[in-house]
Amino acid sequence: MSHVSEIRVGLATCGIAAGAEPVYTALEKELAMIDVPVRLKRVGCIGMCYNEPLVDVVTQDGERSTYGHVRVEDVSRIVEEHVIGGQPVQDLLVASDGFFDKQVRIVLENCGLIDPESLNEYLKCDGYEALEAVVFTMTPQQVIEKVTASGLRGRGGAGFSTGVKWGFAAREPGPEKYFICNADEGDPGAFMDRSVLEGDPHRVLEGIAIGAYAIGAPHGYFYVRAEYPLAIKRLEKAIADATAAGLIGENILGSDFSFEIKIKAGAGAFVCGEETALIASIEGRRGTPRRRPPYPTVSGLWGKPTNINNVETLANIPWIIRHKAEEFTSYGTEKSKGTKVFALAGKVSHSGLVEVPMGMPIKDIVFDVGGGIRDGKAFKAVQIGGPSGGCIPSSLADVPVDYESITATGAIMGSGGLIVLDEETCMVDLARFFLDFIQKESCGKCTFCRIGTKRMLEILTRICDGNGTVEDLDWLLELSKKVKTYSLCGLGQTAPNPVLTTVKYFREEYDAHIVDKTCPAHVCKALIHYEIDPDQCKDCKLCTHDCPVQAISQGKGAFQTIDQKTCIKCGRCYEVCPFGAIDVQ
Amino acid sequence: MPNPTSQGSEEKPVGIDSFRTFTASSASVIPLLQQIQNQYGYLSENNLERVSEYTHVPLSSIYGVATFYSQFRLSRPGKHLIRVCQGTACHVLGAGEIMAYFKEQLGIEENETTTDELFTLESVRCLGCCSLAPAMMIGDKTYGRLTRDTVDGILSSYREREER
Repeated sequence: MSHVSEIRVGLATCGIAAGAEPVYTALEKELAMIDVPVRLKRVGCIGMCYNEPLVDVVTQDGERSTYGHVRVEDVSRIVEEHVIGGQPVQDLLVASDGFFDKQVRIVLENCGLIDPESLNEYLKCDGYEALEAVVFTMTPQQVIEKVTASGLRGRGGAGFSTGVKWGFAAREPGPEKYFICNADEGDPGAFMDRSVLEGDPHRVLEGIAIGAYAIGAPHGYFYVRAEYPLAIKRLEKAIADATAAGLIGENILGSDFSFEIKIKAGAGAFVCGEETALIASIEGRRGTPRRRPPYPTVSGLWGKPTNINNVETLANIPWIIRHKAEEFTSYGTEKSKGTKVFALAGKVSHSGLVEVPMGMPIKDIVFDVGGGIRDGKAFKAVQIGGPSGGCIPSSLADVPVDYESITATGAIMGSGGLIVLDEETCMVDLARFFLDFIQKESCGKCTFCRIGTKRMLEILTRICDGNGTVEDLDWLLELSKKVKTYSLCGLGQTAPNPVLTTVKYFREEYDAHIVDKTCPAHVCKALIHYEIDPDQCKDCKLCTHDCPVQAISQGKGAFQTIDQKTCIKCGRCYEVCPFGAIDVQ
Repeated sequence: MPNPTSQGSEEKPVGIDSFRTFTASSASVIPLLQQIQNQYGYLSENNLERVSEYTHVPLSSIYGVATFYSQFRLSRPGKHLIRVCQGTACHVLGAGEIMAYFKEQLGIEENETTTDELFTLESVRCLGCCSLAPAMMIGDKTYGRLTRDTVDGILSSYREREER
């Protein structure tokens, strides 16, 4: 029997929010009292967010047992029975549910396995080997050729060839050039970049240093969302440790290559995902995009050649350098190579951080990796690509996840937010939700983006309120076309996508709202009402007590009844009724 | 410009000496505003003027920046800042109801502060904790899988701590 040598606690933002800190403290105390040498460590996102807080117990042979939903009171059993007794606590282990079976982990290679605050742990996992190889054995041109050969495309959403982009920046005259890592993950429903930065910050740092060597940039920036304090903290530590070890800074590893890097905290503006807006923000101005060309690779930050890559793109780089280009291209499809990290969330059973080979059909991600829909409900669609993306219906669940196939549906790959929707999601309400987001985040420079999205939002709100007309739908499509055509940057050009895809695939839901004045998913409040079925009602009065506006009272018999005029349709009675006596119409 | 002094006496403006670690240029505008907001919780008119003086960027531009980015606020928040996530996963899992419940329980609308200056209610685009949807942050602490019951519990724990 092999002894337990290591215990890992998932302490990324999700884990901490789920209560992993007290579990870590309890483990620390318990382990201090026993005479078994066990290494307790903090790791980043393990991926199975649906089982948080997570504790991995690893034996000397590398055998890993994962405990899920761990509470402080479970800790003593894990220590006594597993660490001392050598027997895993069966009833606390997470079920083997195939979550990892179809995943391929390149970007997330170390995520959840190593201590993100330890440079040594990263070094043990071949960390900075790629940087060393690049600096001493490869010319910048060779690095660019290798990255181009790997077929890696920008993971921020647009999917432009990373190697080709580096080539553009490299051919500009130096010496003043900048390399920026865009970590301003603004898509609602996306947490890939946060997880990678919290779980394996050195990997991204190594990636940006290799990129900087390739294009000849002595300066770099991480532009990180201000809402990600833990990611910023871990990145700061990674930069400090790597600098102290001579891996970043002046004359890296004793070579002629120097690269200094700073962190800029974003201040909250979705439009700063656009490269020229991000640059404006670092320069201290409002994040307003400008016309291109000139592209940032020619004239970017402070007018100097600037290359910008997303976190996931850079996290791929060290792996690509350490392996043959063909190993990377063995994953994926003809035009989309490698893997894609998704933040899988919404109405799916196993929400979490997943990495799958490009080309995997949507249904495999939802059902095999994600474990299907929660509570046995029907799968309706996935929302991919955030506010710039669209909804792909369940009828297209065979569509492979690659840049071209996703674009053909009318959505976009985007940065990796993948929200699963079920029968209880109203597609009109969802389109309204994204338009509301876009309308607030529009920088206001282009008229159609500024005012057009406002008018679109008004129309969608009207439809959700039951006041829509048939002409409204025509207006919506007409405005969509105009906003797409007459906007300068990606934000406006893609803003109508959520509307266009929902109209394309869920036209009948718009018709139901407009013509029949019903919301088939029972979401739009103006179009639903609650009723109590007297035959099912047991007169327990739980609903009556919970109603915030006293709309429920005794009916004519042993049942309760709702006064429709007073009811605010908050749905609390529906949630609280133990007998399913409340109907939504 | 909103007048923060209407919500009580204003703190002494930040001393320009504390700016010295930043270069006196436009690149420092956002980091300076972030530092001031960290310290005071908001950006007062006086402090915006200080940033303008130090960086030689016109006050109108500073105001433009301060109102462009969602992180900055120009009036003093309550002691505890509640930020309810309105990301996609949270939205489809009932964040709207959670926000409505906060408004009902606190008796305020979004971007308002309770009269006892204990809570300010805001929405946030996405906290990136989609697996824990619906989620929110109070100060630096993240809470997930919210229901009306857990909201009740969390609010009373904050109130009890105040009474002690």
